[in-house]
Amino acid sequence: MINISEVLETNRMILEENLDVRTITMGISLLDCADSSVKKTCDKIYAKITRLAKDLVKTGDDIGREFGVPVVNKRVSITPAAIVGSSCCKKPADFVKIAKTLDRAAKKLGINFIGGYSAIVSKGMTPADELLIRSIPAAMAATERVCSSVNVGSTKTGIDMDAVRLMGEIVKETAEKTKSRGSIGCAKLVVLCNAPDDNPFMAGAFHGVSEADAVINVGVSGPGVVNHVLRHTCRGVGFETLCETIKKTAFKITRVGQLVAQEASKRLGVPFGIIDLSLAPTPAIGDSVADILKEIGLEEPGAPGTTAALALLNDQVKKGGVMASSYVGGLSGAFIPVSEDQGMIDAVNAGALTIEKLEAMTCVCSVGLDMIAVPGSTSAATISGIIADEAAIGMVNQKTTAVRIIPVAGKKVGDSVEFGGLLGHAPVMRVSKFSCEKMIARKGRIPAPIHSFKN
Amino acid sequence: MKKIIITVIGKDAVGILAKTCTYLAKEHINILDISQTVTGGFFNMMMIVDAAKYKKTFDKLGAELARLGTGMGMKIRCQKSEIFEKMHRV
Repeated sequence: MINISEVLETNRMILEENLDVRTITMGISLLDCADSSVKKTCDKIYAKITRLAKDLVKTGDDIGREFGVPVVNKRVSITPAAIVGSSCCKKPADFVKIAKTLDRAAKKLGINFIGGYSAIVSKGMTPADELLIRSIPAAMAATERVCSSVNVGSTKTGIDMDAVRLMGEIVKETAEKTKSRGSIGCAKLVVLCNAPDDNPFMAGAFHGVSEADAVINVGVSGPGVVNHVLRHTCRGVGFETLCETIKKTAFKITRVGQLVAQEASKRLGVPFGIIDLSLAPTPAIGDSVADILKEIGLEEPGAPGTTAALALLNDQVKKGGVMASSYVGGLSGAFIPVSEDQGMIDAVNAGALTIEKLEAMTCVCSVGLDMIAVPGSTSAATISGIIADEAAIGMVNQKTTAVRIIPVAGKKVGDSVEFGGLLGHAPVMRVSKFSCEKMIARKGRIPAPIHSFKN
Repeated sequence: MKKIIITVIGKDAVGILAKTCTYLAKEHINILDISQTVTGGFFNMMMIVDAAKYKKTFDKLGAELARLGTGMGMKIRCQKSEIFEKMHRV
């Protein structure tokens, strides 16, 4: 029988430590919506999404009320749009029509983001992939809720440097096209390596072609809970106790996600896919991954020891989470977005955290350079260089890495940019002034790495 | 059986348990277990109840209990029991 201390502990996590289920994301295959006419494709896309996900928001809210745990976001991810639109889209503007259709469907459903305006070009781009990529700036400017992602490499295929070069330009152009809103288009655009097919988190969510027709994926959260436990029970203890505590806490957090996922799957009549075991921070005070790193013993994130602390945290979250759920997938680990984590913002402002240190941290955590604002004057080649570095880390280490960087039009180092809501606000960070232009100008791809002789 | 956990939290006062139980009895909700602690003048109570014979919706129960709590200066929450069972049991 449940006892009072367990009940009070759970409710303290929810009410005081920001425990929530970050997202229920319904993955929907749009492969059967492809048509030779753009209009017909758009009509089929709208009809299928609004049919399958019509009860998504209500179901998420019902579950949240009944179990007393907030289900913050309800979202949809779709088959990469470059595939769906490949037989009808002959110019970038055709793809923008698909983006507008997705935005309309998202508004009709009442969801805050729809992901999958994507192209998977790990080895090369089809004409449709390239058209979609070239349409991203206009699509991001013309829509509010559509998220875009481009996968430019993988451990098996290497890195498509032509796509990396193009993405540098596209990120710049997207920033320019949405400059009146702090270049927010770039906050909804992520460039990945080894992108998972079942990620429920935005902006990188898409419904991969390996997936079933529709599936429910759930992303849990809870950095505030881990932080609270460490603050109250782990000051000065050894690593064994520290790791054990994080692991147990991750287990509890993930169990809530598993419960919500199973309920949502049952009520919506859509199979359960995976739980993404991520510690995803929000700009709310106390809901910060940076605060956990400080609690482990760093003065500020970015101090020597940060990579080790993050590696430890990430690994324990996975170990606890895997035990709590039968199916784990997505990104699973700790997220280190700058603008969405008040502790990270403070560390940047204190001069403790640089892009170079963040890059090192991405070697051991679940995503990459995330929500980083840089000066608007940063060149496309430099952005491509940053993307290539992250993709290389992912490719060689057989992990997902990503870059969501915002070259904020008209801003310089020391300025700040406000995105609002979950996207938070970000200090504009310094970027190396040395050029990589000649490397980025080279054509072709970086070969896949050797899978033996690991050093 | 529909197991629901009701928690009552607030400043200790006379009649909290009585009023809550009266309401539950009226709604045909059976109390399976009650535990409570009072620390520093703060009252924490947890009830495990069976709402199988409760006729209205879960949202209605939540709203009515919350209103009852407000009337006594307490916070009353009700949640389906699975969240606690899942979180604290392997």
